[in-house]
Amino acid sequence: MNEGALVTVLIAMLGGAIRVSTPFMFVALGECLTEKSGRINLGLEGNLVLGAMVAYGVSYLSGNPWLGVLAAGSSGLILGAMHGYICKLPKVNDIAVGIAMMSFGTGIAFFFGKPYIQPTAPRLDSIPLGDWTGNSALAQALQVNPLFFVGIALALAMSWAFANTKWGLIVRMTGDSAASARAMGVSVDLVRFLATSAGGFLAGIGGAFLSLYYPGSWNEGLSSGQGLMAVALVIFARWDPIRCIWAALLFGAAGAIGPALQSVGITSGYYFFNAAPYILTLFIMIASARSKAAARDVPGELSITK
Amino acid sequence: MSANSFNRRAFLKAGAAGVAASALPLNFAKAQTPVVLGAVYVGPRDDFGWNQAHAVSMEILKSLPNVSVIEEENVPETDAVSQSMESMINLDGANLILATSFGYYNPFVVDLAKKYPDVQFRHAAPLWNEASDPANAGSYFPYLNQAHYVNGVAAGLSSSGKIGFVAAKPIPSVLSNINSVLLGAKSVNPDATVQVIFTGEWSLPVREAEATNALVDAGAEVITCHVDSPKVVIETAEGRGVKTCGHNASQAPLAPTGFITGAEYKWETIYAGYASALAAGEPLPNFMIGGYNNDMLRNTAYGAGATTEAIAAADAAIAAMVAGEPIYKGMLKDNQGNVVVDKDYDNYDPYLDGMNWLLEGVQGSIT
Repeated sequence: MNEGALVTVLIAMLGGAIRVSTPFMFVALGECLTEKSGRINLGLEGNLVLGAMVAYGVSYLSGNPWLGVLAAGSSGLILGAMHGYICKLPKVNDIAVGIAMMSFGTGIAFFFGKPYIQPTAPRLDSIPLGDWTGNSALAQALQVNPLFFVGIALALAMSWAFANTKWGLIVRMTGDSAASARAMGVSVDLVRFLATSAGGFLAGIGGAFLSLYYPGSWNEGLSSGQGLMAVALVIFARWDPIRCIWAALLFGAAGAIGPALQSVGITSGYYFFNAAPYILTLFIMIASARSKAAARDVPGELSITK
Repeated sequence: MSANSFNRRAFLKAGAAGVAASALPLNFAKAQTPVVLGAVYVGPRDDFGWNQAHAVSMEILKSLPNVSVIEEENVPETDAVSQSMESMINLDGANLILATSFGYYNPFVVDLAKKYPDVQFRHAAPLWNEASDPANAGSYFPYLNQAHYVNGVAAGLSSSGKIGFVAAKPIPSVLSNINSVLLGAKSVNPDATVQVIFTGEWSLPVREAEATNALVDAGAEVITCHVDSPKVVIETAEGRGVKTCGHNASQAPLAPTGFITGAEYKWETIYAGYASALAAGEPLPNFMIGGYNNDMLRNTAYGAGATTEAIAAADAAIAAMVAGEPIYKGMLKDNQGNVVVDKDYDNYDPYLDGMNWLLEGVQGSIT
């Protein structure tokens, strides 16, 4: 590979990291919050797909894409609240409910989304941060959607709040030891209900990014499992919001490798390169999960670790 | 009173009509056989792609007298398609099933055709085998690469000849579309090249958008594609300010400034032929292939991206193919340097169905 080609691939990975990572970021942050409170919501794929549909529909009908983002968040909030409420009932398994909510979310999104496949809705604008470079590929890679920055700010805020606020402490305590939380007079069910609802809200916003910015249209194959991958990223990021951001960026960048290598003439083995994000994730998981620190990071109340 | 009254004039009229009808040739009476078409789609009917192309044709068929249409979308290539087809036969009285997705054929269509010998089954891929498959089943498949050739001609004259192609999987029909775009572009612009990126899946919107961006970054001036739903590719390319050629159905509304033309199926030619044969009680052809020479394809009406000379050259290319002009004319080498086309091949030559090469001038690889 010559130098020019290498630069092209690196620019594409930078662009891919910025363009593709945002939905992963929002879903992973939402799931991080939910899991920190001691509950797993596998249904965020449903929130993502429903959010994408609702955002597109509302943007198309109202002409205001930001209203679409808000509506997508609200639809995710409702799904998250449903998950939170059902899991509060006795003897309910949160993983099973999550899978049911995933089918439910995608199902209603497909059902109500029919009329919005054809029309073109107003989309979110991006901020051109790379025009000064004078390089069109770099300028394109640095077209950044505001939601990307919102996601990063949110991760910083969450990280700070978990460590430094009473609310953060309550969420972590609920997730690590329900008995201690109860002894402190905290309603475990209420905390988990609120955390799951808020997590659902974030995942819905991730969906809005998919349909209103990149790739920027609504159809039934839009998500292709990104919500599920993002849930896995939380484990990969070991329940740390900042690491969720890095994981999402890495995943986006690795996803750009396949097309970028083909565009510079490295054309064979594209199935392998397209699998790069998953292979990378696997290796980092193996490397990181062996440490004792990884076991310490898991919220103690998660039904998979209990 | 009116119910029992005997109207002599009406009786005479009806009798005269009956006598007149019986005097007509037999197939007039058979023309009253209602034709019920049951179409099964693998994806949404309005996907701007393969399924939409079928659904648009079915809309046209609905306007024909004596034809009714039942459609079901989002039917996976599993046992679910058997259930859909059976309910169309048993509940709606379908006498012709149109199974429009590749994976529907074996075992689902084959098994049901054996179970319901009075119902006709036709499948949209050239898979029917006279020796082993039931006689009431069959295949129909237009060679879309002829319309992609026209795309290539128009793209070659609407740009400097750098064409980007987002492709799903390296199977012969996809490879033929890529090679035909190149040959079309080269026929008017010897310097033309096609750069291809395979996404590896039929529908992966995010990777399709990434591939489109990568091609534009690599200098492509026209983007075209062969994926299930070209909407994302066309919209992304339009957003990047490059020109586009469509695939499967009309994507013209998605690219008001850059759209050149698009390769489209004309399924209604085939479907209307089936319907009239059924109505007349004639046997349906088991195996139908075709292209421009028998009215099974069209190119989307030229958009703002097409230059005047491109339109003239594309129209001339269509006229030549209607007259049977071949696309693959020897000698041609693949991009590894091997001679793969040693003579002129007819557009339907079986040799081309096994295509596993990309021609010289295509940047890309099938593995």
